[in-house]
Amino acid sequence: MKAADTAWRHTLAKKPPAVTAPAAPVRLGVRKTYKLFIGGKFPRSESGRTYLVNGDNVALASRKDARDAVVAARAAQPKWAGATAYNRGQVLYRIAEMLESRRDEFAAQGVPVAEVEAAVDRWVWYAGWADKIAQVHGGANPVAGPFFNISAPEPTGVVAVVAPASFLGLVSVIAPAIVTGNTVVVLAAGPQAAVTLAEVIATSDVPGGVVNILTGNAAETAPWLASHDDVNAIDLAGVTDLELATELERAAAGNLKRVLRPGDPENDFTADPGLKPMVALLETKTVWHPKGF
Amino acid sequence: MTATLDLRASLHGLPGVDKVGVEARAAALATRSVKTTAKAAAIDLAIRMVDLTTLEGADTPGKVRALAAKALRPDPADPTCPHVGAVCVYPAMVPYVAEVLAGSGVHLASVATAFPSGQAPLDVKLADTRDAVAAGADEIDMVISRGAFLAGRYDHVFEEIVAVKEACGDAHLKVILETGELATYDNVRRASWLAMLAGADFIKTSTGKVPVAATLPVTLVMLEAVRDFRARTGRQVGVKPAGGIKTTKDAIKYLVMINETVGDDWLDPAWFRFGASSLLNDLLMQRTKLTTGHYAGPDYFTLD
Repeated sequence: MKAADTAWRHTLAKKPPAVTAPAAPVRLGVRKTYKLFIGGKFPRSESGRTYLVNGDNVALASRKDARDAVVAARAAQPKWAGATAYNRGQVLYRIAEMLESRRDEFAAQGVPVAEVEAAVDRWVWYAGWADKIAQVHGGANPVAGPFFNISAPEPTGVVAVVAPASFLGLVSVIAPAIVTGNTVVVLAAGPQAAVTLAEVIATSDVPGGVVNILTGNAAETAPWLASHDDVNAIDLAGVTDLELATELERAAAGNLKRVLRPGDPENDFTADPGLKPMVALLETKTVWHPKGF
Repeated sequence: MTATLDLRASLHGLPGVDKVGVEARAAALATRSVKTTAKAAAIDLAIRMVDLTTLEGADTPGKVRALAAKALRPDPADPTCPHVGAVCVYPAMVPYVAEVLAGSGVHLASVATAFPSGQAPLDVKLADTRDAVAAGADEIDMVISRGAFLAGRYDHVFEEIVAVKEACGDAHLKVILETGELATYDNVRRASWLAMLAGADFIKTSTGKVPVAATLPVTLVMLEAVRDFRARTGRQVGVKPAGGIKTTKDAIKYLVMINETVGDDWLDPAWFRFGASSLLNDLLMQRTKLTTGHYAGPDYFTLD
């Protein structure tokens, strides 16, 4: 946690304390470089690039970071989808717990307290859905034949997300994707809060690779994710440039990706999200099981 | 007896391998960056060098036929993609592959001589070899008797290779040294020379059945051996690293090493091969990335 005016240039510019006074030692603050979150680790960008956001050094992701993130997300997906729904719910609840305990940190980064609290509640809300979505969205179907016929929702796979700027928006696009067993590659808009959320996720028993967060210029990296053959869906919630959105949709059509179009820019994430964000990233598997006669 | 002493004297007269030096050299060569058109050329060459291999107890005629079809047209979506160098299977599977590959220019390799351990009587090994050649294999991958080699019975290993070479007839003979079991680079160098002196057309690193398979330093030692052997005798011998080469990046490191160690003469499927199975899909994905401009995914290539 640090105030906005402790940028290192500023600190260096200060005159050193007088040599004569052996008084209280001056403590140097430990400055943080905001890095990417890929496969459960916090690497710098492969390209070595950074950019300044409010005086903080933040990694600027390249297409190769996006590629690495997809590899990590793909590797993590089967095990995450194979975990029990109860277990996934517990993990999401744990994220809410950790987020709750770090409220001050987000407040210091300028996220309103009410928004952090709403984000905590959002994680809890989705955690509860983990073992209920299949009851609501799947079920047994009556069929004209000697079959037991069931439809079960299954995660679609790796989901790329262009996240909206607000913190609640960020949580509101990640949670519905991962609660059902998808893994995500997120292009975050507000880098400091997003990386701090990554630290929350990294300490919440979320397996490495389930959530991957890239900071930087979404217009640069999003086209690579949209055209990537190993990404199954793309959520354009945070795209404000409609021309870019169209271009991304066109690229995504190459392998018949599922596309969630950008919503209303004034989208109110405080409202009840309903089931749509979860259901949009599910495939329905229907099984015809012969009845023994 | 004198022949034995000569062989022992000449093999032990080879200069020792500088372990640290060869590992540093291999690591230095692995840092080269190959991009754009050179990368595209390297990928196509690597595809042509692949010995597409399946050596499982669970191989079925259907599985090897599918593999052979893939060898002919690795990327069905792109007719400009070259075919691989060869298909490598167990002798019992050779007839099924031969049907598919007939007249295609793709070679048909078969492991023989009690692969992978090589622990069988010589007449069994020779019968194994003759059967594979009769069934249609034009390349034979034999294993040396590591037990005899490590015990110092070089003449035994030498005579075995000579006998198998004779049983091969017109088929090319690749001799598998199983470097993972030879323990030292000195032994790798001696085994390479032993195999070449006995008449091997190719020397191959590994069976793929022991934990340590092809590595860059081992392949470097073997490349130096074939280079020095040609300088000494005028006969060119091929090299085939096998096992553990899974990515395009790895394959390109080997191509760089060939170019820097033995030169262009070996940059050809006739003189260098990769024994691999999963490597091909990665090469195809990288190739697709270059031709289409977007990242490819494993869902779009066959599982084999």
